[in-house]
Amino acid sequence: MNELGVIWLTIKLATVTTAWLLVLGTPLAWWLANGHSRWRTAVEAVVALPLILPPTVLGFYLLIAFAPDSSLGQLWQQLTGSRLAFSFSALVIGSVLYSMPFVVQPLQAAFRQLDRGLLEAAAVLGAPARDRWLTIILPSCRHSFITAASLGFAHTVGEFGVVLMIGGNIPGETQVLSIALFDRVESLQFAQAHALAAGLMAFSFVMLYLLYRRGDGNWRLQS
Amino acid sequence: MSELHLKLQLQRSNGFNLDLDTVIPPRTCTAVYGASGSGKTTLLNCVAGLQHPAAGSTIRFGANTWLDHNTEVATHQRQVGYVFQDARLFPWLSVSDNLDYALRRRHRSDGPSREQVCDWLQLQELLPQEPAQLSRGQQQRVAIARALLSAPQILLLDEPLANIDQVNRRQILGHLQTVQRETGLPMLFVSHDIEEVTRLADWLVVLEGGRIRAQGPTLDLCSQLDLALAHEEQAAAILEAEVGERDAEFGLTRLSFAGQSLWVTGVSAATGARMRLRIPARDVSLCLQPPQQTSILNVLQARVTAIEDSQSDRLLVQLEAAGQLLLARLTRKSVVNLNLQTGQLVYAQIKSVALLSDEPH
Repeated sequence: MNELGVIWLTIKLATVTTAWLLVLGTPLAWWLANGHSRWRTAVEAVVALPLILPPTVLGFYLLIAFAPDSSLGQLWQQLTGSRLAFSFSALVIGSVLYSMPFVVQPLQAAFRQLDRGLLEAAAVLGAPARDRWLTIILPSCRHSFITAASLGFAHTVGEFGVVLMIGGNIPGETQVLSIALFDRVESLQFAQAHALAAGLMAFSFVMLYLLYRRGDGNWRLQS
Repeated sequence: MSELHLKLQLQRSNGFNLDLDTVIPPRTCTAVYGASGSGKTTLLNCVAGLQHPAAGSTIRFGANTWLDHNTEVATHQRQVGYVFQDARLFPWLSVSDNLDYALRRRHRSDGPSREQVCDWLQLQELLPQEPAQLSRGQQQRVAIARALLSAPQILLLDEPLANIDQVNRRQILGHLQTVQRETGLPMLFVSHDIEEVTRLADWLVVLEGGRIRAQGPTLDLCSQLDLALAHEEQAAAILEAEVGERDAEFGLTRLSFAGQSLWVTGVSAATGARMRLRIPARDVSLCLQPPQQTSILNVLQARVTAIEDSQSDRLLVQLEAAGQLLLARLTRKSVVNLNLQTGQLVYAQIKSVALLSDEPH
């Protein structure tokens, strides 16, 4: 497995994960920002868990949940015809759970600060709810969506513990950058390890630099 | 034009109660007047569907039922225009795009055109700008234009001139009068400024603590001594008069009503036009005999119809001159010295007259 394959797989995982994060994280963040349910605080805490838990804890539970003899594993087998454990899909599910707070928190903060007055103004001008979402909420929160997507992407690229537990280090299927780096070090291939480590570091720095330079400084990761 | 039926009940946790049941007759402009906390904005929000009154409330506008026990029309389908106290322009859109936002979603196809609206509110130079670059007054002009472009059936205005300096207020009031004249669009206007009310509104609803204290033609209510309106520092009577002959030498124009007349400077309206005038109570003084050799041009014969019954040092006196009501603010000492009584004939000297509109209502 060459390094390019590893990088391609990592980008693919981060892209698919980010897409799922936005699809699932946006309604969740909206509910957390506006909901009055008594479950709200509990859900908020669960979403934030990956920020403080060792990733191996999440990975351990997922490993058990994804096992071929578990109910989730069997359900997956019936629905898709393929095994869930040590698959690319398993990595996506794990990454979505693990990176969820990085997407939900900035969106939740943005939804809380949303100017309700503008939504009212749009409604009076004849915009129905869906229209208001697209023309008022999305543009109002566009910086936060960019922040959320960037953090979700970068964090997925950089994750290690969960992938180590549930991925199985299969080249082309589950061997992403961080795992490949670990692999190279273990087999004493320091030249390749250096390349991967430096690349990952440069990528993360550039990503954060671009985010912070955009001056979206009113939100910082909080755990 | 349509009647507005309102039966509203709303209880807020802070103890405030809105409780009214009324029919506002079809008019060009109805003002809802009251102190802050009297429920004016809540009333507008209920009409727009932005606040939800308690079960049993009904709102009907003409043939449309917006709210009753089994209907609640959503805000975006009520076809109302709303000018908020803060302009609420979309900050990421230019002025021009803000207008287009309304135009693309307009409630009816027969509303005014973009060119007309920009002309009425003088927006041409503002179109390419961003809302953040505009002054408060300019933002409010854009907000009014945006509301008009959505082609509403009724325009709601929530103290649109609050926090705007005097010069711009006058200008925007003028724009709103132009809009009234050009479109005939019914307006429901919330204000606690007596000048705005008297310039724009021909029907007045006085709110007090969430209830309707009085309602009727603006001309009548302004001069009623038992309403807070008459006790403002700016208290004034509103009269309607017809433009008559001109005295070119001194630049005066005769404004007449029911056999009496006032000579006023600076009238541009054509002869025969009807005008609305405002006579501040503090600029009216009374004599028991026809005054002679006075600098005051305008003296009306009037009858005292009511005298404020209070121990304050300055009292309001309500007069009737040829069927129209006037107010005079006198010191209590003067009232005592002249021994003024209800029903008495007096001569009212009028020091100043403000023209409210060049156009009839």
